[in-house]
Formats: sequence, structure tokens, C-alpha cells
Amino acid sequence: MSVLLRTQDVCKTFGGVQALADCSIEVEQGSIAGLIGPNGSGKTTLFNMITGYGRVDRGDVFLGDRKITNLPPDKVFGHGISRTFQLTRVFSRLTVMENMIVGAHYSERTQGVRRFRNPLARAGGPATRQRAMDLLEFTGIADHAGALAETLSYGQRKLLELSYVLMANPAIVLLDEPAGGINPTLIATIADRIRDLNAQGTTFLIVEHNMDFVMGLCDRVTVLDYGNAVVSGSPEVIRSDHRVLDAYLGTAEDDDES
Amino acid sequence: MSAGASPDTGRATGISRWRAARPALSQTTRGWTVAAVLLVLAVIFPQVITNQVATQIGVDTMLFVAAAVAWNLFSGFTGYISLGAAVFFGTGAYTVGIAALHWNITGDAEFALLPLAALAAGVVAVPFGLIALRVRRHTFVVITIAIFFIFQLMAFNLNITGGSVGISAPFLTWAPETFNNPFYYMALALAAGAAVLAWLIRGSRFGLQLRAIRDDEDRARGLGVRAMRVKLAAFVISGMVIGLVGAIWFFFIGQVLPQYGFDPLFDLSVALMTFFGGFGTLWGPILGALILEPSEQYLTLRVSNSYASELVWGTLFLLVILFFSRGVIPIVGEWMTAWRTRGQRLAGQPAADEAAAPGPAAPGPAQQPSTPSGRSAR
Repeated sequence: MSVLLRTQDVCKTFGGVQALADCSIEVEQGSIAGLIGPNGSGKTTLFNMITGYGRVDRGDVFLGDRKITNLPPDKVFGHGISRTFQLTRVFSRLTVMENMIVGAHYSERTQGVRRFRNPLARAGGPATRQRAMDLLEFTGIADHAGALAETLSYGQRKLLELSYVLMANPAIVLLDEPAGGINPTLIATIADRIRDLNAQGTTFLIVEHNMDFVMGLCDRVTVLDYGNAVVSGSPEVIRSDHRVLDAYLGTAEDDDES
Repeated sequence: MSAGASPDTGRATGISRWRAARPALSQTTRGWTVAAVLLVLAVIFPQVITNQVATQIGVDTMLFVAAAVAWNLFSGFTGYISLGAAVFFGTGAYTVGIAALHWNITGDAEFALLPLAALAAGVVAVPFGLIALRVRRHTFVVITIAIFFIFQLMAFNLNITGGSVGISAPFLTWAPETFNNPFYYMALALAAGAAVLAWLIRGSRFGLQLRAIRDDEDRARGLGVRAMRVKLAAFVISGMVIGLVGAIWFFFIGQVLPQYGFDPLFDLSVALMTFFGGFGTLWGPILGALILEPSEQYLTLRVSNSYASELVWGTLFLLVILFFSRGVIPIVGEWMTAWRTRGQRLAGQPAADEAAAPGPAAPGPAQQPSTPSGRSAR
């Protein structure tokens, strides 16, 4: 299997805080990769660096063979990387369908003869709307297509965010805590949807604190600690690795002292 | 949504069905009807009411409709509140003034310069936007005010603008009784054109991107929206229309002075009118300008003390921002919806507001009562 997304020695400091220190991770094409680590270990910062929401101090990000270091978010999205946010973000005063069309606009824009496109074309052609409805059916919120996004519950917003990042057929989807703050049934639903999409060829990189969710879903898990990827392997390996226990529970030396 | 229609079927008389179906059917039809009626009234207004004071107020009102619609096209759609609209107004006025002066253009030929006003305002809007649109919210507002004062200072101090003496427009040898009418129709055409443009943009892919930026710019960028480019395009379009407003106003008044070409009250007025009518809506700026500009002019005429009218203007601005900032259109619209659906509320149909009331759990497959899933406990 080839590597789809790769970071190479990415460094980032905020003031005096080293958020990422020579952080290198790899995500294989067609896999579901997990990224775990204690709070403040740099998981979301790494997402931000990959997707253009901040500039890396040093190091590179590659999508396939293409270097995408420090590209702006819209370009990163154009290259096929979609992401969701830890604190779910939807366009609250647009309808659910309009939210979906925003996600499709990039692919609509790049279709056809670009020089002659009409800037005042109505948003969302029939094909786009059909695809949006299919995706909303898939995630189970199609009934709300005409409602304003601000009327959705938190869980529904999570589903909407998952739906609209799929509109442009991304090669890889970065999910920042998809299971955070929602009920167990919905967590199971989201896990199922991720598996379905993965079976259709979408690659995933998931940041999550819910260990059952990560271990049950991911092919490969990378552990971040103090901005560095300390270990990477299958869930079985990760479960038993002492460095992971160190990262989460404190080091062995600490245990000795206590 | 059709969700509101289903509860009615139990007591399905013809009327109730018609009522339930009405909102979806008439939303656009009603808009077009109101637009057509307003346009007809606006067209016949100077033919019926020939009083010159009234038609002069008519010209000012139509100019403000155009300016408020254009301001809303950028600020209302993107949420970036600009208090620098007068930059474009003044640029438009001075551009045609300076051009007429230097090219010795006289009489009716001056109107051939109008495209130049739009062009100059558009050219000014590019660096203005590139500077100001790098920041958001309060900082953006402050930057627009600062840039506005830079332009006013330039108008006061540059040689080309005539300093504090300003610039006079070419003299028009028109009959005084009907002098206002061509200006009125020009302003009306501009206002109607701006409104149609705003309507086209709002429904377009471009407009959707603007509204996505209003709701969450960073999220929009992560979905492929080229935020800077889109914001700047709207800013330039808005500025060009306001530049035309300034040029027509200049020909109408016949003179431009720095303090009136670059007038902070103009900035406040277009914002107040839009907020009063409904920020970010299509009808808001139209309604706001149609109500507020004649009121303000009437007030100025009645109360000869100009400070009094400015005091009332300022107080109104405060009241609108504090208590009515969502505007007449959205608030009255909600009252009407509440009134229309009052029967359904009384009938206690839980489904009536299905979309509005966030469900306890996720819909679809996840909506079954959540039984403990087979997953091991954390």
C-alpha cells in the first residue's frame, strides 16, 4: 500500500510552547488511521498544519508525492483533504442543503470550461442537490434538508459536518473527535458510516479520545506525546506498548517514586 | 417545509390545506408582487407629485436606496460592517467632477462620465479591500473608518480636489420645474439595478460563499472557498454602485465639498437604514432607505435647526442597534409566521415544529431509543 498523507519532521511553536517537535506521521491509502495522545500533545495542531490553518515552522507535509506544506485551506481542500473540527462548525444561518452546496462549490467551480463560467450561476445544480440528498440520506439527516443548520441538535450538526466534507469526494478525511460529546448510539452510527465510506475507498485520519472507538475502527494508530509521534502500529500493538501507557499515565519513573 | 402541512390533514378543509400550502407557494410570488407595485409607484411618483421639494426628496431617497442596497450587498451578505462607504461615494463624485473640469465637459455631456465614477470607485476598492479585509469584526470597522478619514483629508488638502472650496459640476440649462425628474429616474434605475444585482448574487454560488463567510469564514475556507477573493469581489461591486450614487448626487447638487463628498453621516446613514430594514436581507436596505431618508429630510425641513435632526438621527441609530438590530423585515416576518401558525400551536401538534425543535437524539437509524450498545464500558 502506498502512503497517501505524510508529515515529515513538522515543527510548530506557539510563543515558547513547542506544540509539534519533529512530528512525522504516515497514513496509508485506503486505511483508517487513528491519532491519539494526551490533551495538549499536538493532535489538533497537527491537523491545523496539514489543512492550512496555520504555518509550520519547519518540516513538510505531503499528499502522495505532492508537497502541500503551508498551502492555504482552500487549496488543501482542492487537493482532496477534507476535515472536521473538534468544536463542530456548520453554517448556522444557511439551510442544511445550502451547507451541503457550500461543500460542493469547489468541484462545481472546477467543472467545465473555467474561462466561460457564469459567476452568477445559481448555487447548486440538480446533480449537486441529488448528491447532497444522497449523502444526507446516508448520514440520516435528510429530513432536515430544508431547515436552518442552527436548528439542528449537536449530534445532527456532527452528522452534517461529516456530510458536507464528503461533497467534494475527498481522497482523505481528517476527523477531529467525531465521537466527542454525543450519545453511544450515534457514536456507533458514525463508526458504521466511516467503515462504509472506507469500503468505498475514502481514507481517514481520526483524532479521538474514545479508545474503544479508535481501537475498534482504526487499522493503524499513532500516538503523539509532547508534539512528537512516539509510536505507531496496529491497535493490538498500541494497547500493550509501554510508551503509550507512559504518555497517558505518566512515566515508569513517576510510578516508582509514588 | 411540508412538515407543517401533514398535521392539517386531520381537519382537512379546503381552506386549511390552502393555508398550509400557502407559504411555499407565495413566498416568491409575494416578493415579485411587492416589487412590481413599488416600482410602478416609484415610476409614477414624480408625475403625480410635482412639488419640487417632494421630488428632490425623491431623488435623495432613491440614491440612498441604491447606496444601502449596495452596502448591504457586501456588508450584509458577508457580515463585515464597513463604515467607509463614503469613500466610494466621494470618489465617484470627485472623479466625474475632476474629469469634467479637466476635459472641459459641459451640459448634458457630463452624464457620459458616469461609467468613470464606477470604474474609479472600483479601482479604489481594490487596495482598500486588500488592506481592510485582512482583519475582521471590530478591527475591520475601525480600519474602514480610518481609511475614510484619510480620503476626507486628501480631499481637503490635495490640489486636484480643489481643497475646501471643492469642485463645481457643469451647469445644466434645464427647466427648474422638471429639473429633478431626470435625476430621479436615473437614481431609480440605479436603485432597481442594484436590487436586481443583489437578488442575483444572493441566490448564486458567489452569494452562497459570501453568506458562508458571514457564518464561519475559516470553516468556509476549509471547504474550498477562496475567502479573500470572494470578499474583495463583493467589496468592489458594492463600491462601484456607491461610486455611481456619488456621481449622480454630485451632478444633482452641482457641487462637492470635502465634508459632504466624504461625509461620516453618509456612512452611518446607509448602515442605519440597512439595520433598520433588516441587515443581510434583500428587502431590508430598500425598506430602510424608503422609510428613513424621507423622514430625515422631512425632519430637517420642519425643524430648521440641523443639530436637532442629527440628534434624532443619532438617537435612532442607538435605539435600532440596541433593540432592533435584526431589522424590521425579520422581526415582522416572525410576527407574521407566529400569527399564521397560531392555530397549529394551539392544536398542539408536536410534528409542526419538527425542524425547529432539536430532537433529543440523532434522527434516522440512530433515533431508536438508545439501548446500551454492545460496546465495552470505558
